[in-house]
Amino acid sequence: MKKAEHLELYRQMVVIRRLEESAAHLYQEGKIGGFLHLYIGQEAVSTGLISMRQPQDRVITAYRDHGVAINCGISANAVMAELLGKETGTSKGRGGSMHMADTEKNFWGGHAIVGAHLPIAAGLALGDQYEENDAVTICMFGDGATNIGFFHEALNLSAVWDLPVLWVCENNQYGMGTEIKRASAVEEMRQKAEGYGMPNLRTEGGMDIMQVREAAGDAIEHIRSGKGPFFLEIVTYRFVGHSMGDPERYREKEEVTKWREDDPIGIYNKYLVDEKVAKAADLDKVEAEAEAEVEAAVKFAEESPEPALDTLFDHVYVEEN
Amino acid sequence: MAQINTRQAISDALMEEMDRDEKVFILGEEVGVWGGTYAVTKGFYDKYGPKRVRDTPISEAAIIGAAIGAAMVGLRPVAELMTINFAFVAMDHIVNEAPKFHYMFGGQFKVPMVLRTAGGGGRQLGATHSQTPDAIFAHFPGLKVVAPGTPADAKGLLKSAIRSEDPVMFIENATLYQQRGEVPEGEHLEPIGVSKVQRPGDDVTIVTYSKMVGYSMRAADELAKEGISAEIVDLRTLRPLDMGPVIESFKKTNRAVVVEEGWPSYGVGSEVASRIYEEAFDYVDAPVKRVAQKEVPLPYNAALEQHALPQVEDIVRGVKEVL
Repeated sequence: MKKAEHLELYRQMVVIRRLEESAAHLYQEGKIGGFLHLYIGQEAVSTGLISMRQPQDRVITAYRDHGVAINCGISANAVMAELLGKETGTSKGRGGSMHMADTEKNFWGGHAIVGAHLPIAAGLALGDQYEENDAVTICMFGDGATNIGFFHEALNLSAVWDLPVLWVCENNQYGMGTEIKRASAVEEMRQKAEGYGMPNLRTEGGMDIMQVREAAGDAIEHIRSGKGPFFLEIVTYRFVGHSMGDPERYREKEEVTKWREDDPIGIYNKYLVDEKVAKAADLDKVEAEAEAEVEAAVKFAEESPEPALDTLFDHVYVEEN
Repeated sequence: MAQINTRQAISDALMEEMDRDEKVFILGEEVGVWGGTYAVTKGFYDKYGPKRVRDTPISEAAIIGAAIGAAMVGLRPVAELMTINFAFVAMDHIVNEAPKFHYMFGGQFKVPMVLRTAGGGGRQLGATHSQTPDAIFAHFPGLKVVAPGTPADAKGLLKSAIRSEDPVMFIENATLYQQRGEVPEGEHLEPIGVSKVQRPGDDVTIVTYSKMVGYSMRAADELAKEGISAEIVDLRTLRPLDMGPVIESFKKTNRAVVVEEGWPSYGVGSEVASRIYEEAFDYVDAPVKRVAQKEVPLPYNAALEQHALPQVEDIVRGVKEVL
């Protein structure tokens, strides 16, 4: 990978981090409503994963979707505007934090009902299989989603129909506040793919973008070569609460502190310097630019127009009677 | 025009649309090798093959979810749920996903899928397999809900549903597949969201849909013998609901009976009655009467079941109450 590509991925990770830190402030100021689920700590997962896709490959995820949106190429402006409910947002202010999408970027949405987007992902992949497109659908979800029926119906169907779909379990070790061992009968989520005879891989390297890229590359290649679905489990950790206002009674501060030592941005920074891909000054410059990009996005979002009230009924149906 | 039954009408509609558009395909339980549990897709598997006639596992959420996804990327899936009673295990996808996507993502996504299913009681299948929960689905903006009462409408509306850019739930009635009627051959399209006067009359308006259209016709025959002229308005689509012909008829008759096979509480009759009061209160000469299923889980015993279901004589009695 060339230096410019590395710097671009580094930029994405820093933009996600800064954007979400800003979002947390705006939430506390009451400028963002509803739920706000931050991705802080997990940036290496979606950044590494999505960096391995081809443009024709589709991405679909759950409600922790701001980072995924940035990685898919959606501007910080559009993400921030959606958080503020503005007409210029990814979903024109109709979707909010949990419902960002951009079909032109092949990003098929943040989806807010746990596991419900897995059968839909199977359908996206079915569409490509039907049309004989050389595309892979990358479907991301949390460890918590592996306990709902949708997950099992979708995995089974994808295996029966050999669908070109990559199931990516972002195992951040808690489903909301419930630790995996209290919620799942098996410790490794990939074991559930075994039940469907599906090739699978678990990587503990979810804080390290290079390890994520390696695992994702192999998985996507497997699918693109026509071998059917693949299940990739990526162990990671969210540094902040499930959503804003989470008192985090379910885990010890020491545990969070320990994981924060493995900050994915810090790990990538160190890698780039150690491997002499970039100098510290290069990375400082990227960080400053990312910070400016996010500041500009906040300004853009705050200055963007609210949706007009007379557009309330727009898009209920494609065809109105 | 040919006399054919509803099963054939639906089958013809599906086949014509599959021949017209390569992107139309069918998925569901036993739709392929079996030929459809109600034999609607008999012969399809041999004609179109496993790519376009897709047998699925017993995974209703996956059936509807996959149909949604395939529709989002440009295909025209016709998903079949063996009965409407199985819709409850796929409820999230039917009411909380498909109808939301166009709106919630700011108009970016379209979900042009059809969900075909069969409902209704009267076949001694017990409480879990005999329901008419149509009104529940009609509650959700974003979903279109169609429920034809004649073979011709079944054909014309299904073809329109398959061509619709919006998700359509197409509710058939399992006891109507043998019902015969005149159906135009070849291209026959009926518009979604348009109610229709199936029988003109002057004294009372009967508002109904699906299986109860036929029952209402028979009730109207009985009433005619006593000199009572009933006008029958068939809603055909529950959402979007076309009240135009209902209000027009009511302004003429000033009396209405709403007939549905499902339960009356929070039902189609309740909605239609409210709309009549809201839109034509000055024309009301008698309270709007609801004729519907008695409020019990449907029993297995044949006599008990028929006692719970609305009958022709219930419609006749209902009409006499409002006159």
